Amino acid sequence: MDTVTITLKKVPGLYLECESVTPDKFAGKNAEEIAALPCAEGKRNYVLGDWFEIAGAAGATAADTKIVVNGAGTDKCKYIGAWMTAGEVVVNGTADMFTGAWMEGGKLTVKGDVRSFSALQMKGGEFIIEGRAWNYLAAAYRGDWRGMQGGTIRVKGDVGSDLGTFMNGGTIIVEGNADIHIGTHAEGGTIIIKGKAHRRVGGQMVKGEIYVFGGCDVMMPGFKKIEEREIEVDGEKHVFNVFIGDLGERHPKSKGEVVYGHLYTLKE
Amino acid sequence: MTKCIKNVICTFCGTLCDDLEVDVSDDGKRIEQVRNACAIGAEKYLHVGNPGRVVVPRMRQADGTYKDVSYDEAIDFTAKTLLKAKKPLMYGWSSTNCEAIAEGNILAEKIGGVVDNCATVCHGSSLLAIQDTGVPSCTLGEVKNRADRIIFWGCNPAHAHPRHMSRYSIFPRGFFSAKGQKGRKIICVDCRETDTAKVADHFVRIKQSYDYEVFDALRTLLRGEEIPDEVGGVPREKLQELIDICKGGRFVTLFFGMGLTHTLGRNHNIDAGINFIRDLNDYTKATLIAMRGHYNVTGAGQVLGWQYGYPFACDLSRLTTARHNPGETTSVDLLVRHEVDACMVIASDLAAHFPFEATRRMAHIPTITLDPHICMSTELSDLHIPVAIVGVEVGGCCYRMDNVPIDTRKVIDAPEGVLTDEEVFQRINKRVDEILAEAGCKDAAEYLEYLEKQEA
Ligand code: SF4
Repeated sequence: MDTVTITLKKVPGLYLECESVTPDKFAGKNAEEIAALPCAEGKRNYVLGDWFEIAGAAGATAADTKIVVNGAGTDKCKYIGAWMTAGEVVVNGTADMFTGAWMEGGKLTVKGDVRSFSALQMKGGEFIIEGRAWNYLAAAYRGDWRGMQGGTIRVKGDVGSDLGTFMNGGTIIVEGNADIHIGTHAEGGTIIIKGKAHRRVGGQMVKGEIYVFGGCDVMMPGFKKIEEREIEVDGEKHVFNVFIGDLGERHPKSKGEVVYGHLYTLKE
Repeated sequence: MTKCIKNVICTFCGTLCDDLEVDVSDDGKRIEQVRNACAIGAEKYLHVGNPGRVVVPRMRQADGTYKDVSYDEAIDFTAKTLLKAKKPLMYGWSSTNCEAIAEGNILAEKIGGVVDNCATVCHGSSLLAIQDTGVPSCTLGEVKNRADRIIFWGCNPAHAHPRHMSRYSIFPRGFFSAKGQKGRKIICVDCRETDTAKVADHFVRIKQSYDYEVFDALRTLLRGEEIPDEVGGVPREKLQELIDICKGGRFVTLFFGMGLTHTLGRNHNIDAGINFIRDLNDYTKATLIAMRGHYNVTGAGQVLGWQYGYPFACDLSRLTTARHNPGETTSVDLLVRHEVDACMVIASDLAAHFPFEATRRMAHIPTITLDPHICMSTELSDLHIPVAIVGVEVGGCCYRMDNVPIDTRKVIDAPEGVLTDEEVFQRINKRVDEILAEAGCKDAAEYLEYLEKQEA
């Protein structure tokens, strides 16, 4: 795997739209060619070379390419790793909105936080966030009915609101706490929250699994407890209260059985 | 002698009453009297004669004072400021006509700006929910003629839309609602007992920010499932009673306002509300209508919708693509995150309504305000362009809260020399074209590079 290191030369005044910063766009290019890839700040069009010091060359394919993003001001860069299908991206700092959005494969690591709308409608690959994630992580784009569909996200810190809205596949593991609206409208997928979930967990959920280790501040009235069961989650074995819901929402039938969403809270 | 103009449309709130009578002096310059309007509506017409109206553009000087300038100068300054900015914000639009909005949106496309209207701090969350889940709606005419169950949820028309209850929702007698108020059951859901709650037959007080949970409980009950004894401070029996009242009606309409759109969860509250109404349609006819505030905020969304595909928060900074992502392209976020470098406020008062951080940012970047009045935004602007008042001094198309277009009318002449919003935008558009042509640039993006080269 060949590594390209790009380092911001100055902090953008507004925000830089960096959809070129993916292994797919870099693949097969040398430093000079990478420097000529487009980026934009508002309506002003630039090339990556205007903003970044570029060292190294990319591999022949996306899968052979690793990108390391450095420098003060990475938190002013949007769309890093968005639409990536293979290879690896590491951001040594915080990344702004749409980081890893529509990602289909490969590995994306952000050492700091990610801002809202990251991993939007993610389809595959692995996304590791070492800090916290803001709102709408792995949710659907505005007006779309397909949130995260595949892949894995691990957040070491807390997450904001609207985690996994319209989610229908994949796994999200949050090691910290979560704010309101978790898995709203979910039709599949798994969300694991090791900390506490604030409110509105699984609202309007049709299908899918949500595990909350630290409990919910307020439970949705549409969830009903059906049993207690020992389950292994993310390598830990615990006894959980098992709820089905959201009973206020429509639920399809599969093989004659009604399919529900499941919410699991740790048994004290 | 005065002459009486009948069927005047009140351009104040989203109710857009169309039955005003205005007495105008013989020379067509002064309004003497207004009949049929509510107190706010009447004042909208009567205040026009007050002294102190600004009739020429005012430009801020280095020492902070304002200096009168010509419209030509003001238009040149605006065109250059918007062209020079990398990402200008054009916010407001809700108190002008659709003709001006259409012209203004074209300007936004030319200069690569973000267009956003008052929905962003109002019913934008309703629009998001509608995008997510659709909307079973109807017109206010249908409410008047058919509805026998009215729910006011998180809204207070007694104060915000004073004639709403008498013209459409509670008192009027219509074709299938000949008994008027007697034939209707009025339910008010709110966290405090408003004046609307006082005229309702049933007042349901819920705990603040529990709307989503209460809607979920109602939907769960509607499907015959069990809920806890109490949800959001409302006992289960009360919620069941509410459902029975709705199911017993022939036509249910839910009106909702800021109490739903801007409390915890925002768009999700509306989403849940829409789905509750949808579920009710298994039993009876049920609809819902957003209580839009300003008289043409609905029109701002309509026009932007047919021009660029999105009702608010539309980012045209890429010049060839329209993007819409509330949370990112909404005015408050753009200002607070320092994502815009110039601002134009049109027919709305940004500074009076936005969070302090956003207003502070607006005050620090070049700002131009288009408004007939002196307001907080004009006082924080570098340039104030006065315009004629829509519905009083110029007509034009406006959309009522139920998305019905109504052609408003002019009752008196504007002060001499004062342009309309539409004329100002036409002239800015023309000026932008001239500047681009002079520089030999095909678009605003190229013009920025040209400017940088010139400076170097
Ligand atoms: S209710 Fe609204 S539209 Fe009707 S008169 Fe009053 S302010 Fe004007």
